[in-house]
Amino acid sequence: MPLYRVGAVTESMILARGLRKSFGDFEAVKGIDVDVRRGEAFGFLGPNGAGKSSTMRMIASVSPISGGSLQILGMDPATDGPAIRGRLGVCPQEDTLDNELNVRDNLYIYGRYFGIPKGEVNSRVDELLEFVSLTEKAKAKVEDLSGGMKRRLTIARSLVNRPDLLLLDEPTTGLDPQARHVLWDQLFRLKQAGVTLVITTHYMDEAEQLCDRLVVMDKGLIAAEGSPRQLIEEHSTREVTELRFGITDETNPHELIAEKVEDLGRLEVLPDRILVYSPDGEEVIAKVHERGLDPIGVLVRRSTLEDVFLKLTGRTLVD
Amino acid sequence: MATTTHPVHPPLGPARAAWLLVTRSYTVYRQQWKLFLTGFLEPVFFLFSIGIGVGQLVADFEVGGQSIPYAEFVAPGMLAVSAFNGALMDSTYNVFFKLKYDKLYDQMLATPLTTSDIARGEILWGQLRGSSYSVAFLLLMWALGMLHSWTAILALPAALLIGFAFSAVCMAATTWMTSWQDFDKITLLQLPLFLFSATFFPITAYDGWLRWVVEVTPLYRGVVLCRELTLGQVGWESAVSVVYLVVMGLIGLAVVRRRLDTLLLT
Ligand SMILES: Nc1ncnc2c1ncn2[C@@H]1O[C@H](COP(=O)(O)OP(=O)(O)O)[C@@H](O)[C@H]1O
Ligand SMILES: [Mg+2]
Repeated sequence: MPLYRVGAVTESMILARGLRKSFGDFEAVKGIDVDVRRGEAFGFLGPNGAGKSSTMRMIASVSPISGGSLQILGMDPATDGPAIRGRLGVCPQEDTLDNELNVRDNLYIYGRYFGIPKGEVNSRVDELLEFVSLTEKAKAKVEDLSGGMKRRLTIARSLVNRPDLLLLDEPTTGLDPQARHVLWDQLFRLKQAGVTLVITTHYMDEAEQLCDRLVVMDKGLIAAEGSPRQLIEEHSTREVTELRFGITDETNPHELIAEKVEDLGRLEVLPDRILVYSPDGEEVIAKVHERGLDPIGVLVRRSTLEDVFLKLTGRTLVD
Repeated sequence: MATTTHPVHPPLGPARAAWLLVTRSYTVYRQQWKLFLTGFLEPVFFLFSIGIGVGQLVADFEVGGQSIPYAEFVAPGMLAVSAFNGALMDSTYNVFFKLKYDKLYDQMLATPLTTSDIARGEILWGQLRGSSYSVAFLLLMWALGMLHSWTAILALPAALLIGFAFSAVCMAATTWMTSWQDFDKITLLQLPLFLFSATFFPITAYDGWLRWVVEVTPLYRGVVLCRELTLGQVGWESAVSVVYLVVMGLIGLAVVRRRLDTLLLT
């Protein structure tokens, strides 16, 4: 079996300009620019319906683009689909495991689709089962696996061809906390090994833990871009003060209290509390007391990605 | 795990890709060989009940100037039906399940495989399953002394051809199905094709336009082709059947590929 080597490839793993995707009249992705470089862990953060999966499917070279330009590993997905996919690992949002095959055969047959010789796939499969702690389940049916195990199997499967670029669409959605941490640990190890990761998620902790750089996507557009720290610096303040007031009714609603502190920073008035975005929380609390306000609870915390996310994408439910 | 430059395997050619999908199906069925058996037995039961049983009540037949027992008239028909039934099993229900519920083809499309590979591989599997029944049936005919010419060996490629034509067209039809109820339509076609394709009585039973209609149905072409080959009566009409089935299969294949593009590459 002749093997050939791919020489130094362009450092840009994904290069999108004005990328669009329409389904009939509906535009799911409305012109985005994305640049992912080798070795990076890149995230698409966004609420449901933001267009993350649509973007991932275009990157995975299974969904034709509707507008703009897209290059994956320096190649054009419209013409070089099989060559691109040969070097991608894909973990789709919904598991697409082969339910008619057992755990081991799922990896083995999938590896063979890449043209990897039998002997090589076999040893690779053993290695991967070990990596995702499924060696004991090698002969099990897929339907007998737990959600977390299925996800791990999907991740193992996406690694069978030693991909240069790994696409993970909501890798931990629907998993319990233990399973999520196990997965994060595995993804972190892959990142250490130099695999370029592209992750979509609506979990802030996941984005903060795993992504070097991310974009916040909303309604098919990119709302912000940067490292988690940059995003917090640009779109939020260092600290957030949460004020809770006991009696708030029609005569004395939160809005009235809010008026008295609106000069202290950007405010967010919620049914049960007021958030004050200001760099120094202690100072906010002191001023609140000076003004004769008496909150029953105060909390000063550091700004998180979640604050950025909610600021950029709003608090209203999408679906 | 991954390094900056590592060996990349050259993409599979069309033949190897199709064969891989066959390997996958084979791996699945290795554990379910009993399902395989039922598909083979049905035509055998028909041969014994109608062909040999009812055959006792029927005088010998003239086919192309050759006098044969009724059972030997029915047997080549069942040979064709074996390939037909077998091909149908995989290319209808199973394909529907993989397409709509199992998302199996979506999984395959995340690899270097293309929709053309999937179309070819799945049709090939249906074809092989159908013709494997025919092979077993042909052996049975041989054991019963029902083969009258060396041309009977050509019934094997003929069975492959019948399997291909039906596997391709049925898979194409399946891509338009939206629910399990839609398969009633296939059953509705399957039964009359089985009964009226000169399987149990000669085409001369029909007159005028009806005869013409039966002559252009695909299973009829398969049945008469197998009969011509096992009886050693090969002629121009055999060539017509071959061309008919080849064209039917190729059209089915092209349609399947285009439909998979529409359904999966969204
Ligand atoms: N195949 C499709 N046909 C029609 N609309 C679609 C299709 N796929 C996605 N959409 C729509 O596009 C929008 C974005 O979807 P998606 O990319 O899945 O978002 P996300 O992954 O961020 O939740 C949604 O409104 C969704 O309903
Ligand atoms: Mg999604």
